[in-house]
Amino acid sequence: MLRLMIITKQKNFDDILRSIDSKPVFLIGCNQCATLCHTGGKDEVLALKKALETKKISVSGWVILEPACHTMNDKRMLKDHAAELSQSEKILVLACGNGVQTLAGLVTEKEIIAGTDTLFLGEISHITEFNKRCVMCGECLLDSYGGLCPVSQCPKSMLNGPCGGSFHGKCEINQQVECVWDRIIQGLKKRGALQALSIIQPPKDWSKAGEMNRRI
Amino acid sequence: MTYRSTFEKSLSEERFVVTAEIGPPKSADPLKIRDKAILLEGCADAFNVTDNQTAVVRLSSLAGSLILLQMDMEPIMQMTCRDRNRIGLQSDVLGAAALGVRNILCLTGDHQSVGNHPGAKGVFDIDSIQLLQIIKNMRDEGIFQSGDLLRGTRPCVFLGAAANPYADPSEIQVDRLRKKIDAGAEFIQTQSVYNVEKFLVWIDDVRSQGLDKQVHILAGITPLKSVKMAERMKYHVPGTDVPDAVYERIKNASDPAKEGYQIALQTIRELKDIKGIHGIHITALFWEEIIPALVTESGLHTQR
Repeated sequence: MLRLMIITKQKNFDDILRSIDSKPVFLIGCNQCATLCHTGGKDEVLALKKALETKKISVSGWVILEPACHTMNDKRMLKDHAAELSQSEKILVLACGNGVQTLAGLVTEKEIIAGTDTLFLGEISHITEFNKRCVMCGECLLDSYGGLCPVSQCPKSMLNGPCGGSFHGKCEINQQVECVWDRIIQGLKKRGALQALSIIQPPKDWSKAGEMNRRI
Repeated sequence: MTYRSTFEKSLSEERFVVTAEIGPPKSADPLKIRDKAILLEGCADAFNVTDNQTAVVRLSSLAGSLILLQMDMEPIMQMTCRDRNRIGLQSDVLGAAALGVRNILCLTGDHQSVGNHPGAKGVFDIDSIQLLQIIKNMRDEGIFQSGDLLRGTRPCVFLGAAANPYADPSEIQVDRLRKKIDAGAEFIQTQSVYNVEKFLVWIDDVRSQGLDKQVHILAGITPLKSVKMAERMKYHVPGTDVPDAVYERIKNASDPAKEGYQIALQTIRELKDIKGIHGIHITALFWEEIIPALVTESGLHTQR
């Protein structure tokens, strides 16, 4: 199964301890992305609870939101944990930065701690492997590149690539990563469509990436 | 016919030209550039001034170019897309042209992760091909990238780009050269040549498509100074091709620098007579003092 998700990684445990600063804490996870990339599902929240208690940190309670970025669901679910929340001084959120901010907007009387770093919008390639696929630039150019995105996957975001530094199909910046331009070229070649690359792609319109709100 | 630069004039008159790279210092000391310039004066038709090469902070290419202009030497100002967005780049093109810079080499630039500020945010708002096209349109059409009009004097510059005969995948490299020419490249400086055989395959392809008639091609030369440098070029610098035979020559030499010089000399002699090659571009990394001898002994000097 391939799904596109906001991929996170948990912050270093020592950094989390420093942020908690020995104060009582309430833990929040998320049943969507953070569950699928194993950073803030039930398993991870309970594991962190145990680790914190070993360090003599009082954990007043926990909840897995459905999902953390859903304001209305959060309000409803947090009501059931009002007593536990009141016993905490801080709230540690194991969700993406989006979820952390939704909670910061809802629970203004407590200090919110982000327990993860948000990395990218990516594909779940295997259960334990995630690959960057999108930087949400506001104007999709995939049609010009055989369905592969140089904006998010080329470290130099080259629209008229390749840079010439790849080696045996691997990126010059990171030999663990496939050169997206190599994949674009191989894909187009397979379909006899290499000619598409002779078109000079104009500079990208980054004003499209400036959207802050959308209503439907 | 009026030329935008003396460098362009030399190429247009079909003289075999030489360019040499002058890397600015990691300091505000203009003497560091002047000393290199004095050393290389008369050795080359024009001098590339690098733009924070390998993503290491140095004195800017615009300031370095101005120092050369003050010495009556002709700069080729390098511009990369790593550190400035389209606003900054276009602004510096106007500024450079106003100060007398007449040659610009457009590059995408090395990624910031390889330099001395790996935590920097790389800009890469545009790439080298887009930069070529933007400057060409400023010069020829009097318009900025946005379509807004320049008011008054346009930047009168001769435009160049890089090409790599050794890049992967090799089958698209000539198409990529054509794209750079379409975008506005009038001269090309290639990646350093160590593998002459592979270079010949590339230039054959270039000639068969008539591209050598549309753009002036300068072949790159970087003399290998030590075994360590040969190793770095062979195994660590992306997009370079140091054949085993060349590497072994350096490795087994009693004096690797002398051997590196001989290899460079031999390569220049082989490249000089290739149809479609209009000059040599010498990048002597931290070894500029070897350039005068190299130019004289290879017979490039007498041609100027």
